[in-house]
Amino acid sequence: MHADQRCVLTGTHFINGDAACCEGALSAGARFAAGYPITPSTEIVERFSARAPQVGGLFIQMEDELASSIALQGMVWAGQKSFTVTSGPGYSLMMEHIGYAAITETPCVFVDVQRGGPSTGLPTLPAQGDMMQARWGSHGDYLTIALTPNSPQECYSLTIKAFNLAEQFRVPVMFMMDECVGHMTEKVVIPKAEEIEIYPRRLASKPPGEFNLFEAGEDLVPEMAHAGEGYKVYVTGLTHDKRGYPVLNPKAQHELVTRQFEKIRRAADELTIVETEEIEGADVVVVSYGITSRVAQRAIQMARDKGLKVGKLRLICVWPFPEKLIRELAPKVKALVMPELNMGQMVLELERCAGGKCQVISVPHAGGTVHKPADILAAIERGAR
Amino acid sequence: MLKEIRIAGFGGQGVILSAHIVGRAVSIHQGGYATMTQNYGPEARGGAASAALMVSDQPVLFPYVTHPDILVVLSQEAYTRYAPEMKSDGVLLVEEDLVRLENLPPQARVYGIPATRIAEELGKKMVLNVVMVGFFCAITKAVDREACLKAVSDSVPERFRKLNTEAFDRGFQFGEELLLKGPAKEEQTVGVGAVESDD
Repeated sequence: MHADQRCVLTGTHFINGDAACCEGALSAGARFAAGYPITPSTEIVERFSARAPQVGGLFIQMEDELASSIALQGMVWAGQKSFTVTSGPGYSLMMEHIGYAAITETPCVFVDVQRGGPSTGLPTLPAQGDMMQARWGSHGDYLTIALTPNSPQECYSLTIKAFNLAEQFRVPVMFMMDECVGHMTEKVVIPKAEEIEIYPRRLASKPPGEFNLFEAGEDLVPEMAHAGEGYKVYVTGLTHDKRGYPVLNPKAQHELVTRQFEKIRRAADELTIVETEEIEGADVVVVSYGITSRVAQRAIQMARDKGLKVGKLRLICVWPFPEKLIRELAPKVKALVMPELNMGQMVLELERCAGGKCQVISVPHAGGTVHKPADILAAIERGAR
Repeated sequence: MLKEIRIAGFGGQGVILSAHIVGRAVSIHQGGYATMTQNYGPEARGGAASAALMVSDQPVLFPYVTHPDILVVLSQEAYTRYAPEMKSDGVLLVEEDLVRLENLPPQARVYGIPATRIAEELGKKMVLNVVMVGFFCAITKAVDREACLKAVSDSVPERFRKLNTEAFDRGFQFGEELLLKGPAKEEQTVGVGAVESDD
């Protein structure tokens, strides 16, 4: 399926990452956003509120982030593709409903334009401090998918990807931008609608009466029916059976949670979305994501100029973490270096997957700006020794 | 070649749009790369405005301007704040009626233009930023004239296109003439009012 021509601003633009994310959502088919303004994410829904009515869409400014994060799910069950956007403090408020989206398998996108934290922190400055929150923020056991763009161009293209993955796996997808990428203005090329692949909603293939709302087939992802289409649409945050009815016992819990884990786990290869450069034969590989990957690239160039054998591994999909790739890579290198705009979050996962087979060097940063390339270079040099 | 550019002034002078025009010209009409960032601190409200641009023939990696090769200032405050960050041999473009040059970086090449007055002559003070873009284009050659003109055209509403094109041309012409004379010395670019001594 291709994007709807009316919603795609085909052409070459000079826009910021927030604007590009909004255009990505529109291209992906999002027709509803619920949000509560918060820097540095506001421009996304500001633009959406102007653009959406032109294509039959709707934006509601809700009373807060709790309301936003559940209103969007109501709209998904009513038949639309929906998303919300926020930043740190608002993201924290949304955690309960991210768990709700996970257990109800509601396909939707949560955009978090990360700023310095904790709490109100640095409203106008970048950080990558919500990376673990994207994985573990809500209570209980669930898996999410999280993507990190490093340019306005990717804010466009990966937003489409985020919506597609949400529909394909029926999970809430976390779109982890940061203030720098969101507020940075660069060239963004928006292709023709017919060149944009859209993953359509997996709608019920059986008639009402024969259809169970949470009965999954081969790939463990159930088909969906919307409210008002004649199907029984019973959606609850309680543990439920294939009909969606609450069943509160260990067997139902086991079946539901393991299936929801397994549908993501078995797609690990497909969800290993990375960009690599010269990792074969490298002594040191720099692993990074988001805006930090660009600064890291600068450091990698500087290290290569000094004759060091340095590879690049950029994580585009950070959750699920590319475990297999790291397990294979670790024994072949002296060190993995991970700069990130937090005090060391994803590096914990990197260490776990490296399993002691090489040195893992964290290059933490409390946020507010990006790393100095020289600091990453120093870590590369340390790893190469 | 990577060039770091900062354009700064008061809110309302259109500094963000001027950076936007240059960035658009480089990245869309000239086939280069441009990354624009803005200051989003609380200081952006009610006074200072500043935009920064990295332009290059290669993709821009590090996003922030730290030591501008080219600094364009449209207010005294912007000059005081940003001049010390300039590269020692950088190019400084000033709105000469609004900026008094004190403690100039020793090797900086300075070019002044009465952009606001020129804009007023054109009948709309608002276009001073586009006068400045024309001037910038002539002096620094960091962006092609044609690319820049196209970017001006697609950055302003249809009914203001002619006015803005004129504004660009006036700034460009002023720059070309000034280039023949060479960069100004400090005492020649002293603007309105007497220089106050700090001693």
